[in-house]
Amino acid sequence: MKKENESKNRKIIFRRPVSLRDVPTHYCPGCGHGVVHRLVAEVVDELGIRERVVGIAPVGCAVLAYDYFNFDMTEAPHGRPPAVATGMKRSRPDLIVFTYQGDGDLAAIGTAETIHAANRGENITIIFVNNGVYGMTGGQMAPTTLLEQVTKTTPRGRFFEEAGPPLKVCEMLAPLDGTTYIARSALDKPANILKARRYIKHAFLNQIEGEGFSLVEILSPCPVYWGLSPLESVRRLGDTVVSHFPLGIIKDVKFGREKQ
Amino acid sequence: MEKINDQVIMCGNEAVGEAAIQAGCRCYFGYPITPQNELTAYMARRMPEEGRIFLQSESELAAINMVLGASAVGIRSMTSSSSPGISLKQEGISYLAGCELPAVIVNMVRGGPGLGNIGPAQSDYFQATRGGGHGDYRTPVLAGASVQEMADLTCRAFDLADLYRTPVLILGDGILGQMMEPVAFSASSGVKLPAKDWILDGAAGREPRCIKSLYLGPRALQRHNQKLQAKYSRIEKEEVRWEEFEVEDAVLVLVAYGISARLSKEAVKNLRREGHKVGLLRPITLWPFPHRRLRELAAKISTFLVVEMSFGQMVEDVRLAVEGKCPVEFYGYGGGEILTVKEIEEAARKYSG
Repeated sequence: MKKENESKNRKIIFRRPVSLRDVPTHYCPGCGHGVVHRLVAEVVDELGIRERVVGIAPVGCAVLAYDYFNFDMTEAPHGRPPAVATGMKRSRPDLIVFTYQGDGDLAAIGTAETIHAANRGENITIIFVNNGVYGMTGGQMAPTTLLEQVTKTTPRGRFFEEAGPPLKVCEMLAPLDGTTYIARSALDKPANILKARRYIKHAFLNQIEGEGFSLVEILSPCPVYWGLSPLESVRRLGDTVVSHFPLGIIKDVKFGREKQ
Repeated sequence: MEKINDQVIMCGNEAVGEAAIQAGCRCYFGYPITPQNELTAYMARRMPEEGRIFLQSESELAAINMVLGASAVGIRSMTSSSSPGISLKQEGISYLAGCELPAVIVNMVRGGPGLGNIGPAQSDYFQATRGGGHGDYRTPVLAGASVQEMADLTCRAFDLADLYRTPVLILGDGILGQMMEPVAFSASSGVKLPAKDWILDGAAGREPRCIKSLYLGPRALQRHNQKLQAKYSRIEKEEVRWEEFEVEDAVLVLVAYGISARLSKEAVKNLRREGHKVGLLRPITLWPFPHRRLRELAAKISTFLVVEMSFGQMVEDVRLAVEGKCPVEFYGYGGGEILTVKEIEEAARKYSG
């Protein structure tokens, strides 16, 4: 009798999202992908779109994202997810289509696909995880690698004269008339993680409401290829990376309108 | 096949476009390149009229990946290009093959290598019949010799793509794309197609699906490849198509496809009038290739003469098929130039006794 009463009073306040599978991931300790996966899965659950969503995994560390998300997923050639998403969304506008891409995928090899999907105002959602390094191939320079940062292919550090400055994707896309919503957050502290979640939700809502192209960039740590501990990586993210990639909503064409 | 309207005069590029529409192509993605621009322009006009999707992509890479996206959500889609653009599409074609996604890709071949020129050529045979991109795969390759046949094969290509879950290539050339001929369009070929129970359309009331070509375990990838190879064996068994002309009593058999076959047929007719026992075998599917029929003929005839608008590509397949049972000669050249009937006749006279 007593047991029954106890269970009646218990309330579940935290659980794994249905959209996230209960499996171990291959991500390194301190990697941000697990957090971003969870945020996306929470938003998909919250918006009740799990049975309408199709996700596109990139080539890069998140290539196996389809093993972790619990909804329909596909892969794309390196850098091409925005083109694949365009084909999907144009032909099946009833589906909710998102790409999940890293900095090499989205901002190096896939720059053309990114810019043109944005400029056409494709009604898709892009989750852009920027950790400033190529993780899967072993720590080479990414377009978003900071100046002086040491990587496998910038052993003396990245220099402006050699490789140009880190590419600011949000600032590049925001002036395009085709884009609707461009925002950037970081995984350096809970407040910013919650902001990232809010931006992701906004980006999916935009698509549901047919508002057009939304991209959320999330600055994320890569302890292994930054050569730091997970804790030091989070500190570097907040102290250094954030100062090069300003956080916040960079563009919101529909600002002020009522959201559910 | 039921004709759904009367003959109209169209260029090959437009005829392929209309045939695709009749075959239920719901999305077309393309990027301009000569000599196939009439196809892109035709689709730009016609697809919206039918309430379907036309999109000019930023590149060939984007176009083929848009096709991949549409295909993954279960929609019949097509892209077209010419040689340099097809090279760019090879990445996507390899992924389509690996992911087992249906798609139709048109190549109106022009002179190469590199930028080459915009003249008609048959120098993409190797690329078309060997998969073209990375990895162990093949794509069915359909090569017509008239505007009507290009239209019919387009319809067939969509069915083959769905039937075998594979990208299918239509191989034309600058002439077939540009020349105008009467053409009539047929409704779907009536082939019974399997249900698309693999598409990504939202995991409603079912387990989530994943379409991919990545199999990290070596065993897993070998199994995946074996599955693909089994499919290719089925295609090789079921889908070989060719045409024979005056082959029965022939001593010399010309082997040619596409526009070269059309020219060769004229040469055969003229040579027959002169009393030469000459025939023509025209592969319609370049892959799968009519190996068996060529081998049978090798035992009966004295010589094969392969005629191509290239410096010799299909001739290697004929030699492989014949296994040394009879001589296989070659006549042809590439570079965006058209062979003449007269020079084919001259080449044939050398071997027709």
